[in-house]
Amino acid sequence: MAGIMFQDITTLLLDPQAFKDTVDMFVERYKDKNISVVAGIEARGFIFGPPIALATGAKFVPLRKPKKLPGEVISEEYILEYGRDCLQMHVGAVKAGERALVVDDLIATGGTLCAAMNLLERVGAHVVECACVIELPDLKGRERLNGKPLYVLVESH
Amino acid sequence: MFAAENGLKGDPRLEAISRAIRVVPHFPKPGIMFQDITTLLLDHKAFKDTVEIFVDRYRDMDISVVAGVEARGFMFGPSIALAIGAKFVPLRKPRKLPGEVFSEEYVLEYGTDCLQMHVGAVQAGERAIVIDDLVATGGTLSAAIKLLERAGAEVVECGCVIGLPEVKGQRRLDGKPLYILVEPRDIDDCC
Repeated sequence: MAGIMFQDITTLLLDPQAFKDTVDMFVERYKDKNISVVAGIEARGFIFGPPIALATGAKFVPLRKPKKLPGEVISEEYILEYGRDCLQMHVGAVKAGERALVVDDLIATGGTLCAAMNLLERVGAHVVECACVIELPDLKGRERLNGKPLYVLVESH
Repeated sequence: MFAAENGLKGDPRLEAISRAIRVVPHFPKPGIMFQDITTLLLDHKAFKDTVEIFVDRYRDMDISVVAGVEARGFMFGPSIALAIGAKFVPLRKPRKLPGEVFSEEYVLEYGTDCLQMHVGAVQAGERAIVIDDLVATGGTLSAAIKLLERAGAEVVECGCVIGLPEVKGQRRLDGKPLYILVEPRDIDDCC
């Protein structure tokens, strides 16, 4: 992946080999780690999460903006630059003790990833790692993850 | 057309896929029996089978584009694209895609909505499929077809996990074949 520059992940998705390599790198890392849950953050986490879940034998859990999930949900609010937002997960999707990954395309400030981890931990899951394709290190999102490991493929300054 | 009428009659995978879908009554408003595919995503085998059925169908059709409709189309489309060696093109709500976009408006029950695709994502002459979790009136899929055709692509088929009664008996949408895995369930069928 070194040296690959892309402006946003949609250009990555247009290159079948590069997209496959991206997914394969995550799968290689996680397939022997007993992961039973891959949680993907709306909406670009829905592009990378399911292929990883399918290849590692895990279930896929979408973490969504408010009022999208039809069943009973738990909600986690988080702070934005201006104002707040909220991430939701279906009650019952994840059981206590499950080992989980959180997947998104990009980590910026880390606010969304943090909310995602909180949702999983509130139901008793163990978040093994957060996985993103791109990190924007200047925004120091890594520091917001409370020591939870973060695995990224590409840095973008 | 439904998969069961098109080579997969009696296929036990379809039964398991149907049973894995949860019905949520009166969401998002009274009278609507919402077909919730998130429970299908929790069932690894049924989710894998869903993708495999589409992959088996499309792998030898020279498809170079899988377009997925935001957001639930994103949960199925990329896995299909990866397995058949096609690119994945997200079709998104307004103002989500950076860069230059095509926009297609479509009619809702009350008002209109809009679907967008990046200019340059698709080349003229490419063979494309559109993937979404569910087809109801077909308004969203119609907009998706138009976006791809405006870029010069040939839409070979639209593939959906669930097809509502409005499309039962219809083999085509806007002249394009429609391929559907299962019918919606009633709340009484739920385990």
